[in-house]
Amino acid sequence: MTELPLGLGTWYAHVVYVLLVAVGLFVLINDENFVKKVIGLNILQTGVFLFFVTSAYRVDGRAPLVTTAGPFVNPLPHVLILTAIVVGVAVTAVALTLVVRIYGEYGTLREDVVQTIRDDEASAVAADREGTS
Amino acid sequence: MIDHLLPLLVAVPLLGSALPLFVAARSRTLARWLTLTVLVGQTALAVVLARVVFATASVSYDVGAIPAPFGIGLFADRVTAALALVVAGGALAALLTDHRHRSGPEYALWLLLVAGLSGVVVTADVFNLYVFLEISGLAAYAMVASARGVDPALAALHYLLVGTVGATLYLLGVGYAFVATGTLAMADLSVALAAAGYDSTLVVTAFVLVAVGLSVKMALFPLHAWKPEAYAAATPAVATVLAALGSTVAGYAFLRIVYDVFTVAFFEAVPAVRTLLLVAATTSVVAGGVLALRARDVRRLLAYSSVSQYGLFGVGLALATPLSVTGALVALVGHAVAKGGLFVAVGSVARTHGVRTVEEYAGLADRAPLTAAVVAVLGVSLIGLPPTVGFAGKWYLALGGIEAGSWAVATVVLASTMLSLAYVGRIVERCYLGRADATPPAGVRADGGLPAPATAPVVVLVGAAALVVALGLGSSALAAWFEPVVEGWL
Repeated sequence: MTELPLGLGTWYAHVVYVLLVAVGLFVLINDENFVKKVIGLNILQTGVFLFFVTSAYRVDGRAPLVTTAGPFVNPLPHVLILTAIVVGVAVTAVALTLVVRIYGEYGTLREDVVQTIRDDEASAVAADREGTS
Repeated sequence: MIDHLLPLLVAVPLLGSALPLFVAARSRTLARWLTLTVLVGQTALAVVLARVVFATASVSYDVGAIPAPFGIGLFADRVTAALALVVAGGALAALLTDHRHRSGPEYALWLLLVAGLSGVVVTADVFNLYVFLEISGLAAYAMVASARGVDPALAALHYLLVGTVGATLYLLGVGYAFVATGTLAMADLSVALAAAGYDSTLVVTAFVLVAVGLSVKMALFPLHAWKPEAYAAATPAVATVLAALGSTVAGYAFLRIVYDVFTVAFFEAVPAVRTLLLVAATTSVVAGGVLALRARDVRRLLAYSSVSQYGLFGVGLALATPLSVTGALVALVGHAVAKGGLFVAVGSVARTHGVRTVEEYAGLADRAPLTAAVVAVLGVSLIGLPPTVGFAGKWYLALGGIEAGSWAVATVVLASTMLSLAYVGRIVERCYLGRADATPPAGVRADGGLPAPATAPVVVLVGAAALVVALGLGSSALAAWFEPVVEGWL
């Protein structure tokens, strides 16, 4: 493997993993847009996937096929992450379905706008109740 | 068939979930009966499992006849059997209370939730636990969203975002444990983690990430915000099944990982982690209680009460004495029954009387005497007064705290009783002493056109109330049932 000139050796993958998790969490929490929140969730998960896959790496490792000679990379983390990716796809699908439903109701993808509309509705209902009683 | 009991506990609801999808297009009644039949079968399997583990202490199963550590195993002991029974029976009872005939996908989700939760209960592999956690999680998000209107969609999206972050943190923790040991099977991990050294950074990081991930699923303070929102937005039956089973199984998973994977030796080697857990759990007890005191909507009040109750569970778990862990287990089972029953009552009251807030419960005892009585009995169990199961759980917890010489913990357990007395008291006081308003609340027609109370919820309600008292009176038998497993852990 070619060394990146960062003085990190092969550890740079771990730096990337931490960055991805941090970026994902930041977008998830900080962004008001629901679709971007889902993207943030995906970036967070991708970071974790990278961590797993990196743990399988070994210098000069090959794909673990019986017909070739070793050393082999560890296939188990790859299999795990294949499963986790499928889980991630399912989660994303459900999340986007919910986003579509919210968009259909409020005509916006922004959480702060949805919150404003809901607050207005709540105060309108309260005012209505005051008026009738 | 007895040999294949453990895979059947997952396979029956998983395969069964396809049935209502095909049938519902022709007849929703048939879909409902099929779903109920599958759940009855699941409950029967859980009862058989309880009989088997009573005789043999524990069962394990190599899926596909591939032995561990290469294969992915299943495992059951007495705690597993108890939780499997709670999951199957709880899901069956909650579906019985549902008066509406639902669509095929809704019944399918119900069974998928049971499959996921049962999978978490019987698995012996930490990665498989993640997969089952996500199966049950996805089913739960979709079930919350299946209620009409936009509130459920918003609540489900928040639930999904927070729940997935929790599950992903758990997965990351599993990753660290895997890097430290190279295995994922619980039995192997417990040996390999000890060999890796409990105080190694990898192992401690793994524990902290797993603990935070599962705390999100258990909704410990301050990771609880999804819970009141989701329970208030979901349909009554869905809120019931999630309140009774969702966090209960996450709590069980945490217990299993703490004592079967990391073991009590980890706590002794790294006391800081245990102190941290104790602090987080006691904070949750107090914060959940205070939030419940301030809640207006009864469903939110009950959700905040869960935050407090899972705090108590965490306290028992972190104390790590035989009495406190027994107390945590009794409290876990007792809470599932009491909280499930309370949500049935709340759903039934909302349907027949159209009231949802604590204020509106005024005079409920006159209008619905039986429901009010059940709410009072289940409330007493939440507070932790004899002769209910809630008392037994708190009794063991407090004794455990005193036994461990931790007076602070014993004080918190007793203080939590005062807090829960205050918030449950608010509801019961309104029911029995509050005067009903002359004007009917919004949503109810003035001509008194209230739907008649259905029979099934009443049967389930009385059953739940009878069960908390029966478990309370038979609490020593319940504790004795858990004893061999707890002794093995400590």
